[in-house]
Amino acid sequence: MTTTVIPEGKLTSPPQKHVNSDRLVAENRLGRRLVAPAVIMMLLVTAYPMIQALYLSLYRYRLTAPDDKTFVGLGNYATILTDSLFWKDTLNTVIIMVVTVAVELVIGFAFAMVMHRIIFARGLMRTSILIPYGIITVVSAFAWQFIFSINNGWVNSWFDWLPGISATTNWYGDHWHAMFAIMVSEIWKTTPFMALLLLAGLSQISEDMIEAAKVDGATATQRLFKVILPNMKAAIMVAVLFRALDAFRIFDNIFIMTRGAQNTESSSFLSYRQSIEQMQLGLGSALSVLLFLTVLLLAWLIVKTFRVDLSTARGEG
Amino acid sequence: MKKSTVGTWIGFIVIMIWCLLPVAWIVSLSFKSLAETTVGSPQFLPKDPTLENYKVLLGMTPDKSSSQDFLASLRNSFGIALIATFLAVVMATLAAYAIARLEFKGKRLVLSMALAIAMFPVVALVGPLFDMWRTLHLFNTWPGLIIPYMTFTLPLAIWTLSAFFREIPWEMEQAAQVDGATSWQAFRKVIVPLAAPGVFTAAILTFFFAWNEFVLALSLTSTTASRTVPAQMSFFVGPDPFNPPYSQLATASVIVTIPVVIIVLLFQRKIVAGLTSGAVKG
Repeated sequence: MTTTVIPEGKLTSPPQKHVNSDRLVAENRLGRRLVAPAVIMMLLVTAYPMIQALYLSLYRYRLTAPDDKTFVGLGNYATILTDSLFWKDTLNTVIIMVVTVAVELVIGFAFAMVMHRIIFARGLMRTSILIPYGIITVVSAFAWQFIFSINNGWVNSWFDWLPGISATTNWYGDHWHAMFAIMVSEIWKTTPFMALLLLAGLSQISEDMIEAAKVDGATATQRLFKVILPNMKAAIMVAVLFRALDAFRIFDNIFIMTRGAQNTESSSFLSYRQSIEQMQLGLGSALSVLLFLTVLLLAWLIVKTFRVDLSTARGEG
Repeated sequence: MKKSTVGTWIGFIVIMIWCLLPVAWIVSLSFKSLAETTVGSPQFLPKDPTLENYKVLLGMTPDKSSSQDFLASLRNSFGIALIATFLAVVMATLAAYAIARLEFKGKRLVLSMALAIAMFPVVALVGPLFDMWRTLHLFNTWPGLIIPYMTFTLPLAIWTLSAFFREIPWEMEQAAQVDGATSWQAFRKVIVPLAAPGVFTAAILTFFFAWNEFVLALSLTSTTASRTVPAQMSFFVGPDPFNPPYSQLATASVIVTIPVVIIVLLFQRKIVAGLTSGAVKG
């Protein structure tokens, strides 16, 4: 399968320790050969274009005028960082991320509790909860766009008893209504994923421990906050990390539901629009680099906040 | 402590409504006629249920303009997703075997790299890939989508598979050999049946990703020669941009959701196991 040969120099490193027997060397070599195709593929498709993006971000380069490629240094970055649109879109993305992840964490935990306790219809429940997970995001976006539609949706007629909703509420008519519709679609689609991760964490907690707390007189609230949640820390952290980074790249829902109208554009959308629609590869690349750095910063912040080592969460030495 | 209380019952009903109501809505909408939704039809069920939309999209009416594009994109979606899944799973199986069973330098590096790519904002690569694919003539071709799809699913597949492989009692292979099996027999009769469920689960999750992907499908294609269903649907706005063909879009949605529902119905247990395999100490 693999024709990729790892440079011999690296493998036949001078014998460092006594334990470096022939068998270990062979194992080392086989291990590297087996991971090589995957690693090379990942490097070619992500690392190389990322370096390319870093390089292009220093140029004023528009595909409609490919010969007019001028070096502008950090000019593109200066343009972006001084533009209010960039900050507005970043703010939108952060709002969507924080709100959706927080809501999903609460609803997802409630779902996980129900799934953990239920003794009937477990298969039916698992099947149902996987449907929003498996459904195409574009389909989910269309479904919710139509639900909130003023002519063809039923939100206005079903919920007109709530303050602020009437038969004529136009959900795509202003910023907050549109943001709300987008977030509902995002939350609907991804809560199941959150619930399943939390359920896995929940089922790791021994019933004895909860029982013991009960015997010792802990109330249900105390059991939840002092026993269940602290013991699920690793699962919560993985769920939040994955979902937060996923929510930060929100694109599909916005593209389908509003196309960025009413200032609902996200960072990903802005980056897409500059690179593909406007063909401003220089500026688009600079946006890509900034997006990438933000995601790195975010991941670092989440890992720091929860103070959990991912490799231990994963059982990896 | 596992007991079904009133709370669990209510929770069960809430979850079922949550998960299935929007799906039921899309199905109901797909049976409304185009005329009904153009005028405005806010009630849940169709006034006059019709199969018209399905006939139009599946090419059973004289006018084949909508069905041609839709069926072509459906073909692209299936082909691209299946090929990307196959390639990603083969590569991930090799890598996961090495990670789970062998000691080698750079193992942690591979895992961290996979993790970094799993979190990567795909849209950040759209610009550079667009540029590269045009030079390499991969723009608007199947390989142009298969290559990035398999790359972005590799981390998930490696992750899931190495968690599965770590659970396999590998000493059974030696046990079989001691009992007189050749190493090929030991591998085929002992290891393959044990590893197959994990490989299969990774394949399902990979397929879901490729089937769902939108940003790259939108950016790296330009015609139905390679455009997949999600991208095709986003262009399917009909003659009046302010009044999209709701019921036809709903019908297309139902059709692309059918494979997902079938996979979920058949393999729900495996999917859940795969999704959560990397999430907790296992």
